[in-house]
Amino acid sequence: MSAAMDTESTYSGYSHYSGHSKKAHRQGSRDRHKSPRSKDGSRSEKSVTIQTPPAEPLLGNDTSRAEEGQDDNWGETTTAITGTSEHSISQEDIARISKDLEDSVGLDCKRYLGLTVAAVLGLLVFLTPIAFILLPQILWRDDLEPCGTVCEGLFISVAFKLLILLIGTWALFFRQPKADLPRLFVFRALLLVLIFLFVFSYWLFYGVRILDLKDTNYQGIVQYAVSLVDALLFIHYLAIVLLELRQLQPMFTIKVVRSTDGESRYYSLGHLSIQRAALVVLENYYRDFTVYNPALLTASKSRAAKHMAGLKVYNVDGPGNNASGQSRAMIAAAARRRDSSHNELYYEEADHERRVKKRRARLVVAVEEAFTHIKRLQAEEQQKAPGEMMDPREAAQAIFPSMARALQKYLRTTRQQQYHSMESILQHLAFCITNNMTPKAFLERYLNPGPTLQYDRDRWFSKQWTLVSEEAVTSGLQDGVVFVLKCLDFSLVVNVKKIPFIKLSEEFIDPKCHKFVLRLQSETSV
Amino acid sequence: MAFVPGQPVTAVVQRIEIHKLRQGDNLILGFSIGGGIDQDPTQNPFSEDKTDKGIYVTRVTEGGPAEVAGLQIGDKIMQVNGWDMTMVTHDQARKRLTKRNEEVVRLLVTRQSLQKAVQQSMLS
Repeated sequence: MSAAMDTESTYSGYSHYSGHSKKAHRQGSRDRHKSPRSKDGSRSEKSVTIQTPPAEPLLGNDTSRAEEGQDDNWGETTTAITGTSEHSISQEDIARISKDLEDSVGLDCKRYLGLTVAAVLGLLVFLTPIAFILLPQILWRDDLEPCGTVCEGLFISVAFKLLILLIGTWALFFRQPKADLPRLFVFRALLLVLIFLFVFSYWLFYGVRILDLKDTNYQGIVQYAVSLVDALLFIHYLAIVLLELRQLQPMFTIKVVRSTDGESRYYSLGHLSIQRAALVVLENYYRDFTVYNPALLTASKSRAAKHMAGLKVYNVDGPGNNASGQSRAMIAAAARRRDSSHNELYYEEADHERRVKKRRARLVVAVEEAFTHIKRLQAEEQQKAPGEMMDPREAAQAIFPSMARALQKYLRTTRQQQYHSMESILQHLAFCITNNMTPKAFLERYLNPGPTLQYDRDRWFSKQWTLVSEEAVTSGLQDGVVFVLKCLDFSLVVNVKKIPFIKLSEEFIDPKCHKFVLRLQSETSV
Repeated sequence: MAFVPGQPVTAVVQRIEIHKLRQGDNLILGFSIGGGIDQDPTQNPFSEDKTDKGIYVTRVTEGGPAEVAGLQIGDKIMQVNGWDMTMVTHDQARKRLTKRNEEVVRLLVTRQSLQKAVQQSMLS
């Protein structure tokens, strides 16, 4: 009985959470059923108790169910999984689910609202000059003064200016939005308001002065329309300057540091709002930072755990809860203790480096040897091929086994193995063979961890970002502003510094003034 | 011994009288000099102020007339027979010291220890 319980330590079942989760196939969400009558109080603190609905369990659990009722000692004979790891996995699941829900529902409305408002306004603005010109013709054609070549010239100019305006607006504004910003884009909103007020005031004037009074001076009306189009072109120029040109000149240098491993980069930016600066940082993050690898952080975490586990504080003087005194005592004791963890770290790192170098050497040799087995057939030779001809994929599959072991061992040592599946390696090999790359070029992808963009989207660990800032995110960058871009597993801390004011003065050097003399030090005996 | 341009140079000096020794056709004094206004003062190991372009004693031969008279290595020569040696070229200094018709040269030399000795005696 107890032997059966020994081997059957975990079995998966449906929990409340995984029922809603979109990632129900994740291996991490295995939960233990536990009988409510657990004997040891402290053990139940560590284990997760999840009441499952009386639905059918997945695997054949009937035997164990029956035995649970009879075996009083199941708590001692089963392997215990500490509750902390299970807690954290299920918490992650919950967090991811809630974020997925948020994604799908609300925020697209805001974006589409902005777009539709802008589109409607743009259409209105475009049709206004045409309306100004056409309305008198439609409404009181017979009363209008005849207006010959001058008007026709003005018609042509209106037409071309509208065409230029149309092309300019298309080039500037009709672009696929590449990001979803938390707050509205202040300059765009200001421009839209400005355009609206402008066109509104023109319509007001037109309606009151021209439509009501049925003005007969058609040339004046057409010139009024031309002035509107000119002013719209100037507003377009203003839009270019505000939206595009102003932030081109670099004014600030920002330092981006990743919180988990301290990798940092510097970028130069102009006058941007905090949210747009965050956007620039994120766009560059995917290209410049090496991919986040949680497997590389385990070493420092274990060291930290060892530091904490070393000391225990006992309060012998009474029930007084002197928490700060306790922690200070712990820190002082830890400082005085002669631990040799630095020694361990040094030797461990040296050892790891040696191992990595050895594996790397083996890998390079294996790959070079594998590549020598393949030869590209030229076009003429393809007719009279000696053996069977293979396309790149088959060629890759043919030479892959000889290097697979060395590659896998190397990836294991550098903890990159989950980023490269066999399929992706084969694809990359076929790609390299097709493009005549050398073994070194093939290996470049595996020897150094590359930027996040290089890998599969599932492995990114960083898709949903939150901007955390003490100042309003639409305010501009200032010297000393700090904001944080958080995603689920890590965060990027961004620090803004102003580029100093540079005083450059000139100094003219005459080419003829470069003269030299020997340094003498003679010693004479007298 | 630092000199301020425009101000007279003051120093505690010692009088040293060297009787030249005849060696064959030459009269030798038994020491070597370095420095001069045409030389590089920063390479002088004996001077306190590295802009001092004066004449310094760089070597004293053992048992020679200079050692007998009390000249020490590192001394700065201020006057030779009344002629100033603080603002002369290296060659001019050599010539002043090696005049063929003089058998005795009277030098005024200064060194750090002289200044210190005077200060200590003033204090005590």
